[in-house]
Amino acid sequence: MAKMNLLQAINNALITAMEENEKVMVFGEDVGHFGGVFRATSNLQQKFGRDRCFNTPLTEQGIIGFANGLASQGSVPVAEIQFGDYIFPAFDQIVNETAKWRYRSGGQFSCGTLTIRTPYGGGIAGGHYHSQSPEAYFAHTPGLKIVIPRNPYQAKGLLLASIRDDNPVLFMEPKRLYRASTGEVPEEDYTLPLGKAEITKSGTDITLLAWGAQMEVIDKATELAQKEGIDAEVIDLRSILPWDAETVCESVVKTGRLLISHEAPLTGGFASEIAATVQDKCFLNLESPIARVCGLDTPYPLAHEKEYMPDHLKVFEAIKRTVHY
Amino acid sequence: MKDRNHLSNVGLVHEVSIIENGLIDIPMLQILQPDGTPHKKAKVPELDQQLALKIYRTMRFIRVLDERMVAAQRQGRISFYLASTGEEAASVASAAALKPQDMIMSQYREQGALAFRGYSTEAFMNQMFSNEKEANKGRQMPIHYGDKALNFMTISSPLGTQIPQASGYAYGQKMAGEEAITICYFGEGAASEGDFHAGLNMAAVLNCPVIFFCRNNGYAISTPAEEQFAGDGIASRGLGYGVKTIRVDGNDTFAVYAATQQARAIALKDNCPVLIEAMTYRLAAHSTSDDPTGYRSKDEEARWQQKDPIARLGAWLKNKGWLDEEQENKDLEKIRQEVLQELKRVEKVPICKIDEIIEDVYDTPPWHLKEQLSELKKHMAKYPEAYPKTSGRL
Repeated sequence: MAKMNLLQAINNALITAMEENEKVMVFGEDVGHFGGVFRATSNLQQKFGRDRCFNTPLTEQGIIGFANGLASQGSVPVAEIQFGDYIFPAFDQIVNETAKWRYRSGGQFSCGTLTIRTPYGGGIAGGHYHSQSPEAYFAHTPGLKIVIPRNPYQAKGLLLASIRDDNPVLFMEPKRLYRASTGEVPEEDYTLPLGKAEITKSGTDITLLAWGAQMEVIDKATELAQKEGIDAEVIDLRSILPWDAETVCESVVKTGRLLISHEAPLTGGFASEIAATVQDKCFLNLESPIARVCGLDTPYPLAHEKEYMPDHLKVFEAIKRTVHY
Repeated sequence: MKDRNHLSNVGLVHEVSIIENGLIDIPMLQILQPDGTPHKKAKVPELDQQLALKIYRTMRFIRVLDERMVAAQRQGRISFYLASTGEEAASVASAAALKPQDMIMSQYREQGALAFRGYSTEAFMNQMFSNEKEANKGRQMPIHYGDKALNFMTISSPLGTQIPQASGYAYGQKMAGEEAITICYFGEGAASEGDFHAGLNMAAVLNCPVIFFCRNNGYAISTPAEEQFAGDGIASRGLGYGVKTIRVDGNDTFAVYAATQQARAIALKDNCPVLIEAMTYRLAAHSTSDDPTGYRSKDEEARWQQKDPIARLGAWLKNKGWLDEEQENKDLEKIRQEVLQELKRVEKVPICKIDEIIEDVYDTPPWHLKEQLSELKKHMAKYPEAYPKTSGRL
């Protein structure tokens, strides 16, 4: 085991994948010699050459269109979009092409080998073009998998699983934790299952559900709630699509209460989908309305970032409201 | 005129004849030599002393502002900054060739154009500190300026988005019968975005009075121009889209000024787009989050230092007798003092009020935003110490 931060774990996963399979190619804006603006692709060009790790021109639609073609040819592209906020020029390529390639060709062709990596989320004083969490837009797209790790261990295991999965995966990295989150990461090859949530703490009074960087916030709120005698069960969803409804529902049946938290705006956020499903499957087990603690329905602001964020205090208050409903 | 749409007048050949890159040779306009003396055959544009000095002082001001704000970012006083060092002539001289009613749609390295229009030191600082006097109400990162009165469209971070917008804005100006055009600034990296191709194509087909001003400054963050595009720069693309095109020395104030002045006249008279490719160099880092020592050499930077646009114009002004050393030093000291004083004053102004968080999402805040704000304020009242910059004014 080695101590790594989240970026090092991603870098390590990419090296593992590129060593194992020469069809793996890593590319995007500034990812070549420079190693990406966050340095997730450091030394890859040096190690594997410019044919397999390279800079692209600044064109997100080009990067994903190119990656789609490459994936359909049988290569294994890992394309980086520099910020999740800049993924939208590639929206058509991802939503209409990447996701539907297999379906529309009756399974003759596919983009299953494609992995799209992108940093997402706020808390870094980035204003609205460096802070958005766009997972819900893509969750409406059949054919994609969406994966979000919360720490270095998950980042390596989930990224390797994403690269090897035979479906296109959007792998969203919590940029706030890139250097802040460190932990033990096995140096050998391992994967973590896609589509499977992880119960990080068991409890009896309420189920708290989040993913990625928001897990830190949930953990802090859980500690505050513990002091008030509230014993929360905490789940990291890890995969947004497909998502592990079974684990979540089993937990809700046990605790009778659910709170979901994400940074993206409340309306139409992925918490809405979870709430609807849990309500459908666990209606008679619920002892209070399902709570959502999310970003406001405004674009992500710069000056009022602290106020905008669904922080531990907002989650704590919502836990109390839900438990004492 | 050729029937270009149907190629009916196209010349014929009867052997396979593939056109290679390099056959189109687009020259670069240079009027001032790097030492500040004009080329013998070159015509210095007609600029009176007042305008020449205004251009020079604006360039000086921007360089001082950039230096000071990069330092302020290093000290943790602002969160982010982008300097335009080395590219001042491109933005200032082009803006000087326009009229105040012309719309500027820029990327994020054209603070010189904005300063030329009269944006105050205080206004620059208000934006960078996201304070309550800032026109954009603290929504965006530092350097995303915008000022309606100065016809300077608020900047957006994603690259290239303003290029097709500029075509549309210019079309609107034409339809309204305005004596005005739009200028659209972007870098050679942004010219890779799909928006660039869409924007030029639409402007050419729909006859939009717009100047596309590309600062080809060598690097898009770490990516050098040769990894950004093959072919003859950005200028050759203008020709491909049927857009009148000129390449200029972007570090030569007079070349930029003369070309922009003429481009404006053409755009207005003929209702058509013109592409200017200004060859320059980003002497600064991409931003305060970047470190160029990782991807380019000191030698390369030093070579471009020799082509410094401010020194070049300064030498010409001194030769002309419009500027002397003593006056120049006095001016510089004055600019430095002003920037420093404003910085100290403005950083004490409180940040924008929390109520503004739900403004401008729609024309008026709908019920769900009002409800969310009211809940947020209740929550903040309970935990005032957690939101120290705003809770004192609930």
